[in-house]
Formats: sequence, structure tokens, C-alpha cells
Amino acid sequence: MSEELKGNGHLETLVVDDEPTEGVSGDASAELCARAPVGLLAELTHRCPLQCSYCSNPIELERVNKELSTETWCSVMRQAGEMGILQVHLSGGEPTARKDLEDIVSAASEAGLYSNLITAAVTLNRARLEDLAKRGLDHVQISFQDVDPENAERIGAYPGATQKKLDVARWVTELGLPLTINAPIHRQNIHNVPRYIELAVKLGAQRLEIAHVQYYGWAYLNRAALIPTYEETVKSIEFVERERERLKGILTIDMVVPDYYAKRPKPCMGGWAKGFMNITPAGKVLPCHAAETIKTLQFDNVQDRPLLDIWLNSDAFNAFRGTDWMKEPCRSCAFKEVDFGGCRCQAMAITGDARNTDPACALSPYHGEMVRLAREEASRPPKPFVYRNPRNAAEALKAERPLEPAE
Amino acid sequence: MSDTTSPARLIVGRETRPHLPAYLKLRHDPGRDRWILLAPERVLTPDQTAVAVLKLCDGKRTVEEIVAALAEEYSAPADVIRTDVLDLLQGLADKGYIKG
Repeated sequence: MSEELKGNGHLETLVVDDEPTEGVSGDASAELCARAPVGLLAELTHRCPLQCSYCSNPIELERVNKELSTETWCSVMRQAGEMGILQVHLSGGEPTARKDLEDIVSAASEAGLYSNLITAAVTLNRARLEDLAKRGLDHVQISFQDVDPENAERIGAYPGATQKKLDVARWVTELGLPLTINAPIHRQNIHNVPRYIELAVKLGAQRLEIAHVQYYGWAYLNRAALIPTYEETVKSIEFVERERERLKGILTIDMVVPDYYAKRPKPCMGGWAKGFMNITPAGKVLPCHAAETIKTLQFDNVQDRPLLDIWLNSDAFNAFRGTDWMKEPCRSCAFKEVDFGGCRCQAMAITGDARNTDPACALSPYHGEMVRLAREEASRPPKPFVYRNPRNAAEALKAERPLEPAE
Repeated sequence: MSDTTSPARLIVGRETRPHLPAYLKLRHDPGRDRWILLAPERVLTPDQTAVAVLKLCDGKRTVEEIVAALAEEYSAPADVIRTDVLDLLQGLADKGYIKG
């Protein structure tokens, strides 16, 4: 992404990504985010026809009777536009499971938001897509669980998924909408990265997201079924970097890399509460997808408080804003304004303290143990998937034991 | 050819008639008091020059005509403007944001 994000003197590019941990990044982010957040992830529902084990949703899925009303979501869109948010990702779960998606898209469009529909596409028909486009939907992103139909359907636990996705992808381009293919990469499909690129070109996609799974929510639970080896990871990253150059002007490839094998942590969300907001199906406003895993934080709800007030004054947003919250080694680190100490939720999940340095950082005392565990898991045969469904959620809701730090 | 399919890299030359695909939105952001270009999961921040160029990318004018229009408007030498415009448009074409 670095090459693409370089300005040429007359413009700079800012990424407003829907992937967990990506958020807002690029040279233009400081200027644009100084005024207001740029991106909003609207998780309209946790209902989903698929059961992917790599899902970054929390284990505890929100029930349908807790979901926000049409009117509240439309109000959120209006408030977002007024406060200066520029892009909205309509996501989930599966956003098309909401029968009122049409009204929400209309509200987003009227509010001047650039709307991205993040969909599994298996339940979308052409008439509905046409209606959404007429109402101002700007962009469609379709996930493919693999390029091999059989493996894709095993990963998503949805028979016949691939053909449906291919149909929807064709309609998207026929309607003149830009198409992104989302490729969630893990050990059980990493060998097909080259074929994902071929598929995206063949479908006429503008973008391909090679999205290495980030280990939050269901994916964290399923890490031993998902994490690729270091060698496979490096090979696939190098391949994508070569293909990017070859496909310049044809296909933009965004790559979200796994951080377990990195030395420096990712600049998670482009910094906590710097440019991105996330709203859960029940209306809780979070600084990132996984923030609810930090149990000490209290989250405000859009039903109780205006969105702008939450952005400016909510305790959860202010908890890790800036650098004052940092402990060592972050506090005195030269990179603290570059990576913001990495990911708070990963620090929480693995070290038990959200203020610790992200263990993906080589300076964290937990780093060695985290990498050792990951490598060990990757070297063994994959564990069976714990599929994302309410039955498994009930079983999995038990406390996670943090790692012990090295001496 | 549809805006959403691009089988080959567009090489922007003097005779190219560039246009922005319909799904790119160039608009003024009143809160930030600046122009922005919205694209799938991207926000671009064009400066005044880039905005002037983009507004002329209507699919009818050639690059040479765009250069001539800007040279007149800004009373600047066409050679300098041409290099700048070609560089800007090629950069955008390589991101998939300019079609010709």
C-alpha cells in the first residue's frame, strides 16, 4: 500500500478500510482527522448466513431483538454526515439480512456519505442490488472464502455459496458499481493467493483485499485452525508485492498482513479514536471492532447520546487517545506516534492489560511467548473449526487465560 | 467499455480523453473547507491544481485541450503544465481512478 499512498505533490490518499485493525491511514489522515473522524463502520446486524470461523465479531453475538431501529440507523447516518464523517461501511454480520438496508443506504446517500456495502452476497438478488444502486450505494465488497468452491463452502458452511457470489459480482459490474473482492487469508486457503488475484481480474474488480486474518473474536478462538506458518506468510506477501507492480492500473491490491510474525506492531485503527468509529448492532459506539473485549471500558449508545458528543467526550474514546495513557516501553519509544503502541485489544487478550505494549512488538516482554505459541500452532495439523453460530458462542463464552511475561 | 472493468493499464498521453468514473465523487467538504475525492474505501485530498484538472476531465476534452485551458487560465507555460498534468493523471489512472 505504501507506493499507492505516496502523494504526487497535488494529492494525497487516505485509506478508510473496513478490515479489523486497519481503520484510517495515509499521509492525509492528520489533516482530515483533525477536524472529525473520517470512517464509520456500521455493523447493522450480527445475523449471517455464513459461519466463518475467522470472523472478527465478538463471540457474544448480538440478538436480533437488540438491533437498532431503522429510524435510529437513519439518524446515525445524518449525524455522521453532519459531523464530517466521509465514508460508511455497511457491514455486520451480513448487512443484507436487514430488510431496511434500502432506507439506511438512502439516508447515507442523503447525508453525503460514500457508502460501501460489505457483503457475503449469498442472499442478495439482482432486483435488490439495482434498488440499492439507485438509492446511491457507491461500492460493493464481496467476500470469497476461497477460490475452490468446495473449500469455500466448507469454510463458510454455506452450500452453493460460490456460484451465488459470482452472480452478484457480475451484477455489480453490470450496474456500473465498483467491485472489491475480499479474500480472508489463513492457513487453509493461503496457497490460493495467486488464484484470488486471477479471479479478481477476471471479475473486473477494482480492488482486491488480501486480508490476512487478524486474531480477534472468533478468529482468536480459532487461531490454531487458521494461523499460517511464517514461511507461507512471507511467501504470499512477496508474491502479492510482485503482482501489485504487474497489475498497476488494472487492479489495486490492498494487503492486511498478520502481525504475529512482525517486529513492529501495526498502527491499529490508525490510532485509537483518531479517525474511525464503529457502531454495534445494538448501538454501542466503539473505537474499533474488538473494543468490547476490554471489559474495563464503558461504551455509550447512539440511542442515549449524540454521535459527536460520544466522539469528543466518551470515556471509551478518550481512554487511549493520544499517548498519555502509555506505559513503558511505549512511553519513551521513538515510534509511539507511528504505531501508537499497536493494538489495545491484542494487548488485553494476550497480556491481560490493555495499556501494555501490543505483544506483536518485539519490545514487549510477551512477544517471544506469543510468537512461540503461534509458530507451534502453525506447525501442527489444523484444529477443527469452531464455526461462528449461536450454539458455539454459548459454549465458548469462558474466560481466556493471559500469557505470562518473560523475565 | 464499462467504467468498472479495465483489462489493461491506461497510459495517459496528449490525445487521451480522461474522465472520472461515475463512482468517484469530487466534492467540497464544507466542514474542512477543502475539496475531496471519494473512492471505494479511499479519500483523496486534491489541491487546487488537481481540482482544476479533475473538473476538466469530462471524457470530451483531450489532455492537450486540458493543458491549453489551464495554461490560459493560470497564464503559465504549457510545457510545464503538460508534464504536471500527465504525471497527475497517470498516477490516478494507476489507482484505477481515471479512465480514458
